[in-house]
Amino acid sequence: MLESGKYADLVLLSYTVSLLLLFALVAVSLWQSVRNRKKLEDIEKRIKRHD
Amino acid sequence: MNSLWQYANPRKFNDTADKILPWIAVLSTTCLFTGLTWGAFFTPPAERFQDSVKIIYLHVPSAMMAINAWLMMLAASLIWLVRRHYVSAMAARAAAPVGIVMTLIAMVTGAIWGQPTWGTWWAWDPRLTSFLILFMFYIGYVALWSAIENDDIAADLTSILCLVGSVFAVLSRYAVNFWNQGLHQGASLSLDREKNVADVYYTPLLLCIAGFALVFIALVLLRTRTEIHARRIRSLQLRERGDDNA
Amino acid sequence: MGALVSRDLKLAVRAGGGFGLGVAFFLILVSMVSFGVGPQGDLLSRISTGMLWVGAILSCLLSLDRIFALDWEDGSLELLATSPLPLELVVLAKALVHWLTTGLPLVFASPIFGALLNLEGPGYIAIAFSLLVGTPALSMIGAFGAALTVGIKRGGLLLSLLVLPFYVPTLIFGALMARTGANGSDYTSYLLLLSGITCGTIALLPFAAAAVLKINLR
Repeated sequence: MLESGKYADLVLLSYTVSLLLLFALVAVSLWQSVRNRKKLEDIEKRIKRHD
Repeated sequence: MNSLWQYANPRKFNDTADKILPWIAVLSTTCLFTGLTWGAFFTPPAERFQDSVKIIYLHVPSAMMAINAWLMMLAASLIWLVRRHYVSAMAARAAAPVGIVMTLIAMVTGAIWGQPTWGTWWAWDPRLTSFLILFMFYIGYVALWSAIENDDIAADLTSILCLVGSVFAVLSRYAVNFWNQGLHQGASLSLDREKNVADVYYTPLLLCIAGFALVFIALVLLRTRTEIHARRIRSLQLRERGDDNA
Repeated sequence: MGALVSRDLKLAVRAGGGFGLGVAFFLILVSMVSFGVGPQGDLLSRISTGMLWVGAILSCLLSLDRIFALDWEDGSLELLATSPLPLELVVLAKALVHWLTTGLPLVFASPIFGALLNLEGPGYIAIAFSLLVGTPALSMIGAFGAALTVGIKRGGLLLSLLVLPFYVPTLIFGALMARTGANGSDYTSYLLLLSGITCGTIALLPFAAAAVLKINLR
């Protein structure tokens, strides 16, 4: 198993860091997408009211 | 090829992205999860590396995607310069942060993996150093996009930067080999296909590579859609300001 | 084109930031190295060729944003773009002036600074020669970077960020050439590689830089 092996802590470290980086990227990308969607809807509504 | 160019239409791109993104996201998570757990828990330790060989399941796929992301940006930049489809330029811009994260993961896992071999947290091994240089090119690319206000000019300049940068990135790859030769000859971190990739490691590795590739595709689709929206927001804001002035 | 070169040279000298500044910066840098690393002679001599090259790169970086900025601000860049002289030659002329005012003085100054860093005997010719062959590439690459950032306000830091990765091959081969020369060995292969880079950049980058300038002038 993983825990008893040599260098297992290094493996744990690398997995943690990599997955953290990936999750951060996914989270930021999702947040940017949602935020932009909302901004776009708002501005399209405002323009419709103008016309 | 006719059918591929229809995605240059931003609306068609967004509609298609909306449809296939959830599927790709699920598929990529499955591949990655399966590959990583299989590799981490159900494969034996190697003779020289012991358990640290398991880092291969992160290091190799991320390194591959770091390079592939840049290549995709190069292709997208060329398409923008030649055919002026702004979806292409948006896609290049969207892919860059993904490439940066892939490069980071490749460098960090490479450095960690090298720790037992070199005894230090960073070895100026040719491959790791090449990724560091690639990282710097990525950062410059993203910085240039952010520094220019006009969308079209930014797209043009960053595309040319990507083109010229690719030439110098390849040149650096060879220069770094010269620079490093004489140190640790032969004992670099690069994997010998024959030596290490025995059957027992191979399948989970393939799963992880597929997982990383799908994660890349999913993220680029998501981010390109965001960029397309952002561009529309900018043009609508300009229109709004024009209406207010009128 | 000769007129352009001489006009820019006169401007650079008159502005006072021409020949002297790069060399003065080089001197400060070399002293800093010694202050930072300690005065042990053998250590300094081991890093001398590398630090001289790094110093050359940083000195070049200092004056890069001025290559096009002055002409951009007063509108003469647009005039140059529409003149009968091809923009590629304009770029080449500006890179040449930058080299004459920054790279070439460094070539002559390098043996002196090499002495400060305890450079070994055969290294003096090697470092000067490597800088002679390599600094034109630095100026040419720098001109490309300057063209990219010409429209950006306070783009100096961005310029350095963009240009430094491009400098890596030149730096590696130049420093290797100087180091091999200082060790007394034959450095021909590195010389060939370095001159390859210089010739390649001079032949091809003017086209890229001119395209970039046209985009920025839109």
